[in-house]
Amino acid sequence: MMRHLLSTQDLGRDDALLVLDTAEYMATVAGRSVKKLPTLRGRTVVNLFFEDSTRTRTSFELAAKRLSADVINFSVRGSSVSKGESLKDTAQTLEAMGADAVVCRHPASGAPHRLAAWVRGSVLNAGDGIHEHPTQALLDAFTIRRRLGRVEGLSVTIVGDVLHSRVARSNVWLLSTLGASVTVVAPPTLVPVGVEQWPVAVSYDLDAVLPTSDVVMMLRVQRERMTAAFFPTEREYSRRYGLDADRLAAMPPSALVMHPGPMVRGMEIASDVADSTRSTVVEQVANGVSVRMAVLYLLLGGTREVP
Amino acid sequence: MTRRGDTAGGPAHEAGRWHLRGVRPLGGDPVDLLLDGGIIAEAGRDLSAVGATVLDADGLVALPGLVDLHTHLREPGREDAETVASGTRAAALGGFTTVFAMANTEPVADTAGVVEQVWRLGRDAGHCDVRPVGAVTEGLRGTRLAELGAMASSAAAVRVFSDDGNCVSDAVLMRRALEYVKAFDGVIAQHAQEPRLTEDAQMNEGAVSARLGLPGWPAAAEEAIIARDALLAGHVGSRLHVCHVSTAGSVELLRWAKSKGWRVTAEVTPHHLLLTDDLVTSFDPVYKVNPPLRTAADVAALRAGLADGTIDCIATDHAPHAPQDKETEWMAARPGMVGLETALSIAIMTMLETGLLDWAGLADRMSVAPGRIGGLPGGLTGGRANALAGGQAGGQAGGHHHPPVAGSRPSRAAAHDVHPAGAGALSLSAGAVANLVLVDPVARWTVDAGALASRGRNTPYAGRKLPGRVQATFLRGRPTVLDGKIA
Repeated sequence: MMRHLLSTQDLGRDDALLVLDTAEYMATVAGRSVKKLPTLRGRTVVNLFFEDSTRTRTSFELAAKRLSADVINFSVRGSSVSKGESLKDTAQTLEAMGADAVVCRHPASGAPHRLAAWVRGSVLNAGDGIHEHPTQALLDAFTIRRRLGRVEGLSVTIVGDVLHSRVARSNVWLLSTLGASVTVVAPPTLVPVGVEQWPVAVSYDLDAVLPTSDVVMMLRVQRERMTAAFFPTEREYSRRYGLDADRLAAMPPSALVMHPGPMVRGMEIASDVADSTRSTVVEQVANGVSVRMAVLYLLLGGTREVP
Repeated sequence: MTRRGDTAGGPAHEAGRWHLRGVRPLGGDPVDLLLDGGIIAEAGRDLSAVGATVLDADGLVALPGLVDLHTHLREPGREDAETVASGTRAAALGGFTTVFAMANTEPVADTAGVVEQVWRLGRDAGHCDVRPVGAVTEGLRGTRLAELGAMASSAAAVRVFSDDGNCVSDAVLMRRALEYVKAFDGVIAQHAQEPRLTEDAQMNEGAVSARLGLPGWPAAAEEAIIARDALLAGHVGSRLHVCHVSTAGSVELLRWAKSKGWRVTAEVTPHHLLLTDDLVTSFDPVYKVNPPLRTAADVAALRAGLADGTIDCIATDHAPHAPQDKETEWMAARPGMVGLETALSIAIMTMLETGLLDWAGLADRMSVAPGRIGGLPGGLTGGRANALAGGQAGGQAGGHHHPPVAGSRPSRAAAHDVHPAGAGALSLSAGAVANLVLVDPVARWTVDAGALASRGRNTPYAGRKLPGRVQATFLRGRPTVLDGKIA
């Protein structure tokens, strides 16, 4: 296993499967009355969040605590620069505190890569700018595998603001590595220039893709994109790219609807779709804890033997 | 390189009589040069010069002193990053005898007072000539013209005006600036970057930016401004110089503009001749620069454009930064790289060793052409140097280029056909101002960021082994560098 988890692009197939298999075991812990393993007793995990994200921070915190690690939450509002302390100074502070792992969320793409050069402990990327969010992709793959029994050979469609989505990027690499065929669907303004180099098909027509999709993964679309002329109105976006009941009906009966949250109900996803039995939104949250336990366990010296 | 004897009554580094033995002008046959009274007094084989300090320079290539049209010296305002003294020491060590100091200081060089201050600091430091660049607009804000005429008539005699760092994006303001500087044969050096297309831009927009999630800086944002400004320069008959050209499309547009006979010149940086955007994968801000590193296809087009004269010259865009402005996350880091001390080596690596230019061509692109664009007076970097640097310089006299035929390399051909031997050139160069650099063409050196004379440590070449080492630099007959060290 690697020392850091910075992106899914450099995550090999064997390591990815090891994380998913380890997460299966971790999920059994959640079913016990005492939801705790002694594995990381005496180890220190720092949640270093430069961006507000209660959901992700809580998930990592719970994962670390279930492994008996000491958890420190280190939140820096706004950018490190506006605070006057550089990322490097913060890294040195964490180093002095003896952090074994640093879980880093940062608004700047690549910040965890820089951090990894400055600390001895493991760095887990918990979302950096519009670059990557590897544990989200791992938990998505885990969710797909649990529901559909496999990832390999499935058709996964990722819909929405691909340009600004770290979730999309991490999923594209990971799902491809695991043998899924991935299609991204978005208005052309929200597909990055250079996408031709990605291992994906690109479509601008959601309705054309839905009937052959085993999984449809909806991405959050921020309303402010509208003012930057990425699309004309919320209504038009929703009509062309939103997942409503009619579109759900066009999907194969076994196909899943996924969303990394937080959802903008009525924009990219209709409420009745989000709450349907085909939706895995709530499961994804639960699976997030198991997957993050697995990653922490493996990065902090866990062996290939499941505990 | 060893030296013997001494001039009577003064240390060796005073301007005096210097007998340079066995130098190879523009890489040609070895000759002796006698520097006396600030000029090249004699050139020829086996000179005897009584009382001169003898410098055995066997095998060293002599080039006219290099001229950098694009240097950030940071003073006044950011003396922690660079000073005129430290930056010009770096320049001399890199073989430069003139640098044009960019205007984006604090305060901005937008008044006669500031440009005269920078000019005096350069003169007092004495390592190379400092020619301040004046801002086009007040405070680089792009809304009102700065007092261009006052800067032109100041002691600094400004001829190059640039808002570098910012684009003069307002088309009307750009047109007026181009027109206005005709009164004193000035030139507007444009930082071609359409601002709306590059809001928050972090790197070249393409395959690598798509992967890394860094907002893209599209080639079209540079090319659109170059096309517009070339049209404006053609319309009003003014001189336009395009700073740090970085894309293959820009080279095509420049070729087109020159084919119209418009007075458009351009520069390329050493880093854009070598480095590509896949280096950004490391997220190390040492590779963050504006315009950004582009693709291998762009690098190839830039080299070809420089070889055929579509791009007139190499300029460093030397941009030193304090460590805290670079040792940070990519998006918070300032763009820029230091380049004065490595420029000649990178030029040798990318243009000479590849056979795209010979030494005469290199001298043209790093001394003659930038000197002409910047309006330097004659002497070794002016009219005389045209002769020294061979026929191709004369062929481009007057700032006009004949449109190069695609795929041909007229400058190289000219260097060989019109100017077959170094000795011939040297006989013409007696009487020229003694601004020159002696380069060891076979030496290789490893870049140590901590050992640079610049205060900036932000070199992208740290640890790289580079060809060609500056052994000596002479400014008006006085050594500023000897044995590779500040004299």
